[in-house]
Amino acid sequence: MTEFDTASAAVQAALDAGARYADVRVMHRRYESMSARNGDIEELTQDESVGLGVRALVGSSWGFHAVPELSDAAARDAGRRAARIAAASARVPGPPVDLVPSEPTVASWSSGCAVDPLGVPLSGKGDLLVQATGTIREHGADLAEGLYQIWDTAKWFVSSEGHRIDQRIRECGGGISATSIGDGETQRRSYPSYRGQYGTTGWELVTSLDLAAHAARIAEESRELLTAPECPAGETDLILGGEQLALQIHESVGHAIELDRILGWEAAFAGTSWLDLGQLGTLRYGSELMNVTIDPTIPGALGSFGYDDEGSPAVRRDAVREGRWVGVLAGRDSAAVAGLDYGGSVRADGWARLPMVRMTNVGLEPGPHTLDEIIAATDDGVLMDVNRSWSIDDKRLNFQFGCEIGWEVRNGRRGRMLRNPTYTGIGPLFWRSMDMLSAEIVPWGTPNCGKGQPGQTGHTGHPAAPARFRNVRVGVRA
Amino acid sequence: MTELEIAGRVVELIRRLAGPDAQAEAVVTRADLALTRFANSFIHQNVAESGVGVRLRVHVDGRTAAGSGSLVDDDGLRALVERTLAAARLCPPDPAWPGLTPPSPIVASAVFDESTAFAEPDERAARVRDFVDAVGGLEAAGYCRTSYRSGAFANSAGHSALGRTTEAAMDGIARIGGSDGVARHCADRLADLDGAALGARAAAKARAAADPVELPPGRYEVVLEPAAVADLLQNLSWYGFNGKRYAERQSFAEPGAEQFDRSVTLVDDPLHGSAFPYDLEGSPRRALTLVDAGTTRAVAHDRRSGAELGTGSTGHGMIGASTFGPTPRNIRLLAAPASADAAGGGVGAAATGGTAAGGATGGGSVATGVTGAVADPDTAELLADVQRGLLVSDFWYTRVLDPKSLVITGLTRNGVWLVEDGVPTRPVRDFRFTESYPRALGPGAVLGLGRWSVRQPDRIDGVWWEAPPVRLAAWNFTGGASG
Repeated sequence: MTEFDTASAAVQAALDAGARYADVRVMHRRYESMSARNGDIEELTQDESVGLGVRALVGSSWGFHAVPELSDAAARDAGRRAARIAAASARVPGPPVDLVPSEPTVASWSSGCAVDPLGVPLSGKGDLLVQATGTIREHGADLAEGLYQIWDTAKWFVSSEGHRIDQRIRECGGGISATSIGDGETQRRSYPSYRGQYGTTGWELVTSLDLAAHAARIAEESRELLTAPECPAGETDLILGGEQLALQIHESVGHAIELDRILGWEAAFAGTSWLDLGQLGTLRYGSELMNVTIDPTIPGALGSFGYDDEGSPAVRRDAVREGRWVGVLAGRDSAAVAGLDYGGSVRADGWARLPMVRMTNVGLEPGPHTLDEIIAATDDGVLMDVNRSWSIDDKRLNFQFGCEIGWEVRNGRRGRMLRNPTYTGIGPLFWRSMDMLSAEIVPWGTPNCGKGQPGQTGHTGHPAAPARFRNVRVGVRA
Repeated sequence: MTELEIAGRVVELIRRLAGPDAQAEAVVTRADLALTRFANSFIHQNVAESGVGVRLRVHVDGRTAAGSGSLVDDDGLRALVERTLAAARLCPPDPAWPGLTPPSPIVASAVFDESTAFAEPDERAARVRDFVDAVGGLEAAGYCRTSYRSGAFANSAGHSALGRTTEAAMDGIARIGGSDGVARHCADRLADLDGAALGARAAAKARAAADPVELPPGRYEVVLEPAAVADLLQNLSWYGFNGKRYAERQSFAEPGAEQFDRSVTLVDDPLHGSAFPYDLEGSPRRALTLVDAGTTRAVAHDRRSGAELGTGSTGHGMIGASTFGPTPRNIRLLAAPASADAAGGGVGAAATGGTAAGGATGGGSVATGVTGAVADPDTAELLADVQRGLLVSDFWYTRVLDPKSLVITGLTRNGVWLVEDGVPTRPVRDFRFTESYPRALGPGAVLGLGRWSVRQPDRIDGVWWEAPPVRLAAWNFTGGASG
């Protein structure tokens, strides 16, 4: 039996049990991670997981069942169970469920990969982390850590509407960090970002990061931060580096435009959104420099795919155009509720999880400036970069972020290093204050986006570049 | 094959392929997890998952590797063993390998309920129906979940263990005009979850939270309800009572030092609720006193961090512990001793198997104040001595600014009320706070503890936090909803 045969059997069993629509994801995922600490390998883990998940729609109620087996009998049983769970959902029924059209597709897609990351010898990958973390220690940090992660996912999607799509997506990335410990506090510096940089690429991404070349610098900066002056408290012009702006986009734009949140489907856990569908197309989200796209077609970005997990093809769309909110992240059922005509942003974290609305690549288009130009144009401000903490309310409005490092900016020049830089604000007011944006876009990857119950971890991409925001409150502390 | 047979087969395969000197441990867990989720007052997601997982760790020729898989037939197990052995041979030496857990007595899991283990989707849906009906026309959202885990451990040192456990949890909000009220409860048995009582409580709090006013940020005396206290316990666990962070000097914890108020006693007590009686390394799990009457006593260790500090394992081996550190995941903040006249009046009597929602329907009526803001007499008693402060239901999106001082920022959620002269007088809009958790619980900072604890579910089944409401002298609110 092929994976398509197995999936088809499960779909048919769900239909036979009363479903009016069913789809199945068969997935085979291999995962490898290695971490190093202070010049030694700390942990090597290799996981392999195979199974299928069936989603069934009975009347207007959904059910989902997943099993770790690919036999015909197990697939059929999972299909029947999904339909039975859907029938139970009807005890507390909702409004009629419709699905926006999705052309039945037979297709195959693979992400780009020059060097198979699971094919690179473990010894070489280990040497990379050992060397980098050893260098960090030699340059004065108390704690040196390094990590890489690799996911190799093959999946087969079949729906009762005729979709038959197989995809192979390889993702990997890594990073290093240095921590120095002082009296009563710690300071950390990371490269290239807090958890590293990730993409839908081969090992060539990790090679290109050249971790070892940055080890000494981050070690020295972490020590220097222990005695650097505190970031002053007050309102000032804020320049954010691209890595931090990527997370700002993720938290205050990406999650806010998720249609399931807007519709209240995440109200009890992840939360809702401050956005009101009645304002789609007219609401001023940010300044005219703000152009945000939803684009799963970016080669190598972490949120890229050929088809989402309900068979919709990857399509680039606008989310914010010249500061105006114009698009959402949607699935076929949520789009129908909202009266929209597109889905395309539904993903599942493995075979055992229900597909749900998720970010793909949500990021900024380039601006007209460079970071140097932004600094040169700033008389009095603070430059912050590389995320250290993040918190935002359940409507995605009130946020507070901390960064690893800051610098004074005075009279167009970068000045002293500042420790414990934080900033806080309200999403749309913050974005409307963006008056300079760099063209130096990097598609930052976030491999740890949590959402859903049971919990799912999403992999998202966020093209971002340095930008300046006016009159932002900085230096919040206990 | 049973879980123990699978674990034994994996260990035997290692011995056969790598020789008698190879050290190996295998953990096999079967899980049936189901979660019925509702929003806008209807069930919109309803999922179940049956799974089995094998986790293997080997130490061969001084090198260590771990692997896991979901295929438990002969071919799948053999592939897992072969790839893990291959990985170990390519790894650098592991001079800090702590060795395997020797044969040790393991007590049987205390918590297992057949009807919860095999609960039907209709039974979860019925509780959701009760919750939705009880909110009286408000919008309802949340979940009802059941979990059943059965597992076995075996290692090449001759140690083995068995466990099985069940858990049920319900977590829901009621919504009116942008104001939410919450009720949640984690229990050993599905039969202990009362959807109607939880819904009624959530609705009463939501109505009491309507039309909030904005107050200026600053330091306020607070009474934190158990859901908010659970957040303190989680962060203290992850950053403070974490043996790896302690060894790296990244934790505030100083065993032997009086770091907390004398009313604070924290015990990690996995066998008090649903949890396996052994950890990922086969070490017995048992109650561990972390803080005794204000004095820090211990942090959690797996075999590796315990060996590094010479203390031994405390039964906290877990996935990712080598990287993130071993952490307690079943912490109880012990309640104040119950007075004779308070007996039976509690609402979150998790220790006695009672419902967490009784206050909404039973002895939880409050004579004065905003109707419904105070969920139970236990909280009312704590509020009685507050001249001016805030009653906080829940915290949200808390993140650490500095791990060593454990300065955390986050927001309030699901209801805040101004308390004047012992009673809530008006609902308040959500605040952002920035606060050091150990400082907030420090000597002299805890003005009172409730007498009844409520067990709060975590995002992961088997992890829970149990606490009474807590009255604190000050909490540092650094911003309002407007920024």
